[in-house]
Amino acid sequence: MTVAPFPDPLGPAPAGPWPEDGPAEAAARATAAILADFTGGAHRGVIVDSPPGAGKSTLVVATTLELAGAGERLMIVAQTNEQVDDLADKIATRDPSLTIGRLHKDGFQVPERVIRHPGVRASKKIDDVASCSVVLATADKWAYVSGHTWQWAIIDEAYQMRSDKLLAIAALFERALFVGDPGQLDPFSVVDTERWAGLAWDPLQSAVAVTARLNDLPVHRLPVSWRLPASAAPLVSEAFYPFTPFRSGTGPGERVLELAGPGSPVTGTPAAWDRALEEAAATGWALHELPSRHTIRTDADAVRACAGLATRLVERGAVAHDEHGSHRVNAARIAIGAAHNDQVAAIRAAGVPDGVTVDTANRLQGREYDVTIVLHPLSGRRDATAFHLESGRLCVLTSRHRHACVVVARAGIPELLDAHPSTGRVRLNEPVKFPDGWEANQAVLAHLAAHRVPG
Amino acid sequence: MSVVTSYARALAVREGRAQPVATVRHLHLAADPLVFIPLRLAGEAAAPLGAMVGSHPARPHLLVVPQPRNRDLRFAFMAELARIMLPYIEGRAAATETVPGKNERERYLDAPQVIVPGRGAVEFVRLLGRSTRFRSADGPYPVDPAVPVLGQWLTFLYERTEFAGSSALVPMTEALSLHWATGQSPMEDANLATLLAWICPPPGHTGQEAAAAAEDPVRWPPAGPDTDPGFDARVLRPAIDAYDASGSPEPVREALRGQLEPTWRLMWQAVELLRGRPEAASVGDRWAADRDRYTREVARVAEGGPPRGRRDQAGSAAARLWDMESARQSYDAQRAYDDPLVMAEHRATGKAFAGEVVHVDRERTILLPGGKKPVSRPLVTVRTADPVRLAPGKKVFSAHRRRQSGEVIELDGDLVVVQLNDQLAKGAGVPGVGDAVCFTELDLGGRIRPGFPAAEETPWTHGGPPAAYVPTDEDAKEDWS
Repeated sequence: MTVAPFPDPLGPAPAGPWPEDGPAEAAARATAAILADFTGGAHRGVIVDSPPGAGKSTLVVATTLELAGAGERLMIVAQTNEQVDDLADKIATRDPSLTIGRLHKDGFQVPERVIRHPGVRASKKIDDVASCSVVLATADKWAYVSGHTWQWAIIDEAYQMRSDKLLAIAALFERALFVGDPGQLDPFSVVDTERWAGLAWDPLQSAVAVTARLNDLPVHRLPVSWRLPASAAPLVSEAFYPFTPFRSGTGPGERVLELAGPGSPVTGTPAAWDRALEEAAATGWALHELPSRHTIRTDADAVRACAGLATRLVERGAVAHDEHGSHRVNAARIAIGAAHNDQVAAIRAAGVPDGVTVDTANRLQGREYDVTIVLHPLSGRRDATAFHLESGRLCVLTSRHRHACVVVARAGIPELLDAHPSTGRVRLNEPVKFPDGWEANQAVLAHLAAHRVPG
Repeated sequence: MSVVTSYARALAVREGRAQPVATVRHLHLAADPLVFIPLRLAGEAAAPLGAMVGSHPARPHLLVVPQPRNRDLRFAFMAELARIMLPYIEGRAAATETVPGKNERERYLDAPQVIVPGRGAVEFVRLLGRSTRFRSADGPYPVDPAVPVLGQWLTFLYERTEFAGSSALVPMTEALSLHWATGQSPMEDANLATLLAWICPPPGHTGQEAAAAAEDPVRWPPAGPDTDPGFDARVLRPAIDAYDASGSPEPVREALRGQLEPTWRLMWQAVELLRGRPEAASVGDRWAADRDRYTREVARVAEGGPPRGRRDQAGSAAARLWDMESARQSYDAQRAYDDPLVMAEHRATGKAFAGEVVHVDRERTILLPGGKKPVSRPLVTVRTADPVRLAPGKKVFSAHRRRQSGEVIELDGDLVVVQLNDQLAKGAGVPGVGDAVCFTELDLGGRIRPGFPAAEETPWTHGGPPAAYVPTDEDAKEDWS
């Protein structure tokens, strides 16, 4: 079925910013506007919505350098140690003269790529690093800091941060730049409660959701995805960011994935795997469709297909051509994504080439590969639960690639969706969330139907 | 549903009776718990119809509201309920113990334990608390002074259920499901009569037969708070009409007695069933947390503390969520550490593994990053048949030596190498070759809560300080109470 776009609850969507511009100009203009708004001092907070691969880290680094260059001290909050280390490395690389404090918990081993910079000082105690121009730590670590304050804070991945974590650190800063991707997975909790449903400061909501609801803050948007190819940006934009469209930084044909010769297929390798890879290389998408069947979560056929597709891709020695030149797509540039930990374990056990990343959607957030292979969250299921319908999950899985994405699924998901229309509970005083997972799933499947390879 | 529970359910169908999914009792059971079976009027949110309550199986108190649409009668019922429940609840505050440590304090040796049939009754306790705690003994629509006090305590009891592992207010069907798996669906397990029929079917009958018989609402009326529609139409309505006509509550009383007595017997049967199981090792610690909260609440109510607000402020919501998550984490870990059958579930999903120690490198030392002196980090090699899904570098804990942590170093076929990180004084914490060990990623938790701002210090991100709550006469005029 086709899905009519839902009317925008906020009124008509603004047109893409300055459509006459090239992508680089549009992105530069957006960054300049954000910096002006944030450092201008008219607002205590500024929100930046960033679609996948739109240069979020680049913005954080640019803002940091601008503020630090003007002699200001600032604090940076990210959600995982890996994100903090990535940012520290990038900032130190861009400006080796800055003093950078890497605050971490007791017993944490700061990786070599961060401490190799002479300007970086790592410590578990805030007093050791508080004098640095820039201090970085995870939200969990910041929560235990007191006795110091900063004029400026940058909060990265703010849509993945729960509002209670923001509350624990909000006394540390005067002004904050909230940067994040609204389309990815919402933060979650191990406790299931409706106690705070509808409250503006519901601790289970994201930091941005709460702060934006209680304050009138300007919202900026990064308009160009530098990661997603021209084949993926329109679909991801339409399905997961229906009211905030973005475009790809490269045009059609600028990214080419070339599969070198047939390699040496192991006897018994299904020809459909090669056909799916060829479809993905040619068009950017492939739906490797297994016969319709209700299966257990670790569906043996689907698991084998995921592992086999990755193996064949490495065997065939793909070469990727993009705006930076050409490179071999080795195992490190390939990822397999699934919804559940047991599926990840089953795919790993089925044998994937060394170096291929296999992980859940939650762990793949923020990462980037040339080719991704996705086990569809609804494949083989009898029901479509809220967990499996969550639009953020599918968005993460289908927006990690620079060149191509192969989705592995049992046939019959559109029928499953039709049989399980979204029935999330409506709670009083709780803002409606868009996009609706059910609708986003339909949009992705409708697009994939044109790239179907029966397996 | 986990692998072990699914298997136990299939086994229950084949064997014709419920199968244990726990080897020990994972909740505290008081010597004299207060059993409380509330009923409400169909179609109303919080209109009590009657209740059976008491802490002795032979001495139930039957309370009824002969005309549940009459609000005066509802609050008369609440006053009567307060006269039974408050002495029980407040009577636990007798002898105390001193809890040593940084935060030295006194704590009562006992606390109230109220047992209700199921989740529906827990929710009804919340609503009863909500509809009575803001009432007042003076002003418009005055109520008996005991009513708002009872409201505060019902709210306290309900709020304890939000913390995993609390035994202050126990829904019986969930307590039983924690220990037995039946051959019926989890939804059907919410029916106390069929659940008990599966656990102890009468001699000569299978669980299936007994459960089918227990579904008859005439023989086994619903455990509430909702009553059987057939009973409502054929028995209750004429009885209420009779009260309206004659003013005699006896017909309603007799009708409700018939509805409540079977459940009353089932409740005490279930209490005895649970009492027959040995108490798990961590239950005492969790009950101590209940006693701590009870001690604080006794002091708060005694000082005339205001009723709990209708909604949480930003800081108190965040702190409460932190405590709820922390309770959930340690409860899940404690149950697994206390009970090999619960640990089996985690072993089946790869979050834990058990096996035999085949090699020990007791003398191994390493240099910690930034350290100057080598420290002892023994290696233990375990042979296991479990499907291990813990990647190298994963922090694990020993199930036998609680709070001893280690790290998975290497996985090779059925061998797992674990580095032990602490509790190594004089080599005491290192197992020997041939010892049975079990390691798991389940963390008992116990971290210190970060500081959240008080209401008057709420930061701008969360809307700034809110206006303080001042009780008003309007509180008595809520439409639905």
